[in-house]
Amino acid sequence: MSIKNDFFYTKNYRQYVTGCDTILRCKITANFEEVKLMSHTFKGGVHPNYMKAPEVPVTVIAPPSQVVIPMIQHIGAPCQPLVKVGDYVKMYQKIGENPVPVSAPVHSSVSGKVIAIEPRPHPLGDMIMSVVIENDFQDTPELMPPLTEEQLKDPEAILERIREAGVVGMGGAMFPTAVKIRGGIGKVDKLIINGAECEPYLNGDHLTMLNFPTQLLKGIELVRIANCVEKAYYGIEVNKQDAINLLSSLNPAQYGIEIVPEEVKYPQGGEKMQVKAVTGREVKPGGLPSGVGCNVVSTRTCYAIYQACYEGKSVIERIVTYGGSALKAPVNGLTRVGTPFKHIAEQCGGFVKTPRKIVLGGPMMGICATSFDAPTVKGTAGVLFFTEEEDRHVENPTCIRCGKCITVCPMNLEPVFMYMYYSKGDYENMEKYHVMDCFECGSCSFNCPARMPLTHAFKTAKIMFQVKSAKEKAKAEAEAAAKEAKK
Amino acid sequence: MSENKERIVLDVAYQPQVRTGTDTKRIMLNVILALMPALAVAVWQYGIYPLVLALISVASAVFFEWGYRKLMKKTSTIGDLSACLTGLLLALVLPTNAPWWLPIIGNFFAIVVVKQLYGGIGKNFLNPALAGRAFLLASYAAIMGRYAVPKALAAAVDGVTMATPLSYMYSGAAMPGYMGFKSLLLGTIPGCIGELSTLALLIGGVYLLATKVISWRIPGAYLGTVAVLCLIFGHEGYGNGEWMLYNLMSGGLMLGAIFMATDYATSPVTLNGQLLYGVGCGALTVLIRYFGGFPEGVTYAILIMNLCTWAIDKGFHRHQFGVSKEDIAAEKAAKKAAKEAAK
Repeated sequence: MSIKNDFFYTKNYRQYVTGCDTILRCKITANFEEVKLMSHTFKGGVHPNYMKAPEVPVTVIAPPSQVVIPMIQHIGAPCQPLVKVGDYVKMYQKIGENPVPVSAPVHSSVSGKVIAIEPRPHPLGDMIMSVVIENDFQDTPELMPPLTEEQLKDPEAILERIREAGVVGMGGAMFPTAVKIRGGIGKVDKLIINGAECEPYLNGDHLTMLNFPTQLLKGIELVRIANCVEKAYYGIEVNKQDAINLLSSLNPAQYGIEIVPEEVKYPQGGEKMQVKAVTGREVKPGGLPSGVGCNVVSTRTCYAIYQACYEGKSVIERIVTYGGSALKAPVNGLTRVGTPFKHIAEQCGGFVKTPRKIVLGGPMMGICATSFDAPTVKGTAGVLFFTEEEDRHVENPTCIRCGKCITVCPMNLEPVFMYMYYSKGDYENMEKYHVMDCFECGSCSFNCPARMPLTHAFKTAKIMFQVKSAKEKAKAEAEAAAKEAKK
Repeated sequence: MSENKERIVLDVAYQPQVRTGTDTKRIMLNVILALMPALAVAVWQYGIYPLVLALISVASAVFFEWGYRKLMKKTSTIGDLSACLTGLLLALVLPTNAPWWLPIIGNFFAIVVVKQLYGGIGKNFLNPALAGRAFLLASYAAIMGRYAVPKALAAAVDGVTMATPLSYMYSGAAMPGYMGFKSLLLGTIPGCIGELSTLALLIGGVYLLATKVISWRIPGAYLGTVAVLCLIFGHEGYGNGEWMLYNLMSGGLMLGAIFMATDYATSPVTLNGQLLYGVGCGALTVLIRYFGGFPEGVTYAILIMNLCTWAIDKGFHRHQFGVSKEDIAAEKAAKKAAKEAAK
């Protein structure tokens, strides 16, 4: 059942080989009607240089001889390893789990022998307990049984499978999807599927739409059933017109899906921006989309849910975009979870220039990895190898008060003043200017002609606020405890 | 190969990892480019001398900026071209026949006193070029009020100097025939170097709008206010529409509205604040032109509004995302109820 290396796709011709050796061909641009509707959007935002390359065929990044599977690939409690050194594990087999609600199990992405369970570099920094597996290159699978017809109609069964397959928010946040959906049941009346992919460079969602349109729509249907809502809205930016055409031709209405074209603008894919664009509702400050009756699930997550429910596959691979000026050309690679960056760089043909930064995810919200030995995880949508070319850092940046940050802020904030109060350490005023509303999209920093480290400052300020409130809470608790002790 | 990679030192930074290509220098360069048509008109009508004056002005501005930063042991900021721009703007608000040393004095005041003493770029609270002009107006009133005759009018006018369209309007006298709208549009009139041709300034303004250096808000509100007020109040001896057009096209209004009032450091950054600021500039300009002691009001109108910028920004705090009007009303009602309950 393994996917062979001749799996590939181009923008105009679709051809891939499945496990049953069926060849599907499809020319996309000619056969379908143009679907043009009014694009929906939000206020503010920027237009970065998109650098997207959906015309680059999907290549399979050959699995490395050793995969490193970190026990933390989600927000929540870390997993405990279920295997020992020396055990033989199969592809898709569960190797780590934590029984607490907010967690997601991890699975092996290859078959082979466990050779170590030790802290290894994690892409998000730090050393994290990881299971290291030596690949036997057999890809012997251990699949879960696909859900039955009745189970596919039952929200509880779907949610159970979503959790079991380790599905997390694969847009990058990596929040366990089952927890998210469960929390929204009853409150949510509009389900929004996020197909904006507004980050520059990334093509994974776009290529998923083009390669697996029917599967994707079925996956969205499952999410819709799990959410107990009648209709799902699929927001797609209009720079993916071919995907909109293709999906529209497959009669999405039969799955209870409406496609909503959106204006091409960053950060259209932000949760709050999606809610605003599709429904016109504004998420309350400090609240979740479910507070205004919405739930946002990413494209790739829906496809993972399809795979989990119909094929019994757990989350072990995804299409990851590799780009940046250190590489000769961008690569859209079907990559196993746990592939170290070093191996990826070799597979992409090595570096033409010395990289200065490894950026995980898109360049607008992506953070930097600190080691070439760190592996990809479930939430990695892209790995960008940046050199000096992309670097526009300056020494001693000085604000010229142009106010361009204010015009682009999608959250109606005033970064110029927030930064001023931040540099003075004036917490009271920072709060008055709603620094906690900032979701770090980076639009203000991106657009700043003076290259001020605005997003950096707000991220730091938010952490400082959290520390402060935690301290106050601890102090209050200690006082209460002391009072009780006196009594 | 792997051994090589071990030695690579990786940078780590918070997001975003990419930045727009437009930086401070690019913005300043765009404004300088946008001023070129206006300067070209001056050269066309007055020969090479206005250009020489502009070059002296730019050179002295850059020298003062460099010298001050050097003396104070601060990092040099002449690379961002903001001093070049200040120098150029100051030259453009001097009469075409100003003596060569005048811009040097003006620039000393503009760069050292107004800009650098308050911390340099982005920190000054008055527009340096306009403050420099105001300083020169007070110190050399005679020179600043004497305008040379343009080449196009050399045959029609006797003498070396002549009155500007604005001074005719100020005194209430009828406009001479050779100062029609066409001459105001093309710039075949006496006046300051940069404010001759309305057309040249509008071309510059369109360029700035197209390159997103400025938004329509400040110039739109400024010019709109002047137009509306002049249309309403009019003037004896002029038709109201005619009076409005003369007001819009003469004096430093176009230069002021497009290039001076939009100065980043000294104008509000909040969107509604920018509108109020523009309206304030317009109202003050008309007020000074009608009742002031000088024919021209743009300089002081903008300088006065510069001083209000901070207060305007404070007053136009944006509404918080996700908080509707009903939420605010509910919160107020809750507070009120809590107060009453406390009583």
